[in-house]
Amino acid sequence: MIKKGILLLILVGFFAVISSLIINFTGNEALNPMAKHYAENGPSEVGAANLVTAVVVTYRGLDTLGEITILFIAAAIIGFFLKAHNADADRPSRLRKTSEILETASTLLVPTIFMLGAYIFINGHLTPGGGFQGGAVMASGVMMIILARPTSKFNHKLLSVLESVSGVAFVILGVLGVVLASGFLNNSFLPLGELGSILSAGAIPIIYVSIGIKVGSELTGILDSLKEHQNEI
Amino acid sequence: MTQYFSLEFITMLTGFLLIIVGIWGMISQKNLIKIVIGFSLFDTGLNIVIVSLSHIKNSTAPIIDKAVDVSQAASKIADPVPQALVLTSIVIGLGVTALMLAYVLRLYREKKSLDINSYTDLKW
Amino acid sequence: MSILLAIFLGLVILVLAGTAIYHKNTKVAIIAAGAVGLFASVLYILLAAPDVALTEASIGSGLSTIIFFYVLNKIRQTND
Repeated sequence: MIKKGILLLILVGFFAVISSLIINFTGNEALNPMAKHYAENGPSEVGAANLVTAVVVTYRGLDTLGEITILFIAAAIIGFFLKAHNADADRPSRLRKTSEILETASTLLVPTIFMLGAYIFINGHLTPGGGFQGGAVMASGVMMIILARPTSKFNHKLLSVLESVSGVAFVILGVLGVVLASGFLNNSFLPLGELGSILSAGAIPIIYVSIGIKVGSELTGILDSLKEHQNEI
Repeated sequence: MTQYFSLEFITMLTGFLLIIVGIWGMISQKNLIKIVIGFSLFDTGLNIVIVSLSHIKNSTAPIIDKAVDVSQAASKIADPVPQALVLTSIVIGLGVTALMLAYVLRLYREKKSLDINSYTDLKW
Repeated sequence: MSILLAIFLGLVILVLAGTAIYHKNTKVAIIAAGAVGLFASVLYILLAAPDVALTEASIGSGLSTIIFFYVLNKIRQTND
C-alpha cells in the first residue's frame, strides 16, 4: 500500500512538471517556417498532392529507411526467439475445425483485401494512405488465411525473396536519386507529371510500392512466427 | 480562458491523461500482459499529443486538391511534418509491442508464470 | 460541434484505458486497449490527419490486438 502511495506521488509530480506546459498552451495560429516551406514548394519540387507522402518519402526519406530497418530487426528477433524450440512439430492438432462460412468467405474476401491494399499503396501520393497502411491491410488478408486454414504452411522462401528484393529496390531508387538528381531519395529523376494524376510525382509511386511489399512481408513474417500449431515446445 | 475550450487543447489533455494512465498501468500492475498493455496505451497517448500540436486553427488535411489550391496551401493546411513522424512512430510501436510480447511468451515458457514478482533473478 | 465530439471521445478513451488496466479478464482488457486505438483514430480525423488515422486504425487497433490474442492463446496452450 505504501509502495502504491509512493508511485502515485511520483505520477502527481510528473503531472505537476508538465502542467505548466498545459496551462500555457495557446495553440498555433500559423505554420512554422519549415512547414511553410514544404507547403509552398512541395507541390512544385516533389509533385505529390499528399504533402505527408512528400515528407515521408522524399524530404524525410532517410527516416523511413531507418524505420523499415527497425521493423525488419524486430521481425528477425521475434522469429529467432520463438523458433528456438521446434521439437515435435508433427504433434496431433487439438485445434477446432474451422467453420464452413469462414472458409468460403476467406476465398472470396482475401483477393479483395489484397487488391484494397495494393490500391492504398499505389494511390499513396494522391489520397490518404501509403506503403505502411497498404502493407498492414495485406497482412490482415494473410491473417484471414491463417484463421481459415490453420494447418497451411507458408512459402518462407517466397516471403524472404519478396522482402529482400523490395528492400534492395528501395535503396537502389535512393541511390539513383543521388546519381541522376540532387540527393538521396530525390524523386525527380523521373518526370514529375501533372499534379493530381496517377502517373505523377516521379519515383514516389515506385518507392511506395516497394515499401508496401516490404512492410507487408515483414508483418506477415511476425504473424507467421506467432502462429499457433507451429513451434510448440 | 477561451484557449482552453479549443480542439487542440482538449485532445492534448486527453493525450497527457492517457500517458499518465499508461505509466500507472506499467508500474502498478503485476501481470506481464497488463504491463505491455500499459506500454501500448502510453504509445497512443504520446501520438495524440504530437498530432494535436500539428493542428492549426480551422485547418484542413495536408492534401492538395480542388478544395485547397496550391497558392493558398500555406494558409489552410495542417502541419505535415509531425503527422509524418507519428506515421513512423505508430509502425515502430507495433514492432516494439510484438517484440515485448515475444519476450513475455519466452519468459512464460521458462518459469510458467505471468507474475512479475516471480522473476527475481536480477534482484539483490 | 467538433469540440463536444472531442470531449466525448476523450472521456470514452479514458474510461476504456481504465478498463484495459483494471479489468480482471485479460481478454476484455485486450479488447479495450484495441478500442482505445479505434477511438484515437476518430480523434485524428478531427485533427485533420487522415494519414495518421488510417495507420492507427489498421495497425494500432487491428494488427496489435491480433498479436496480443495470438500470444494469449499460446500461453493458454502451454498451460495444459
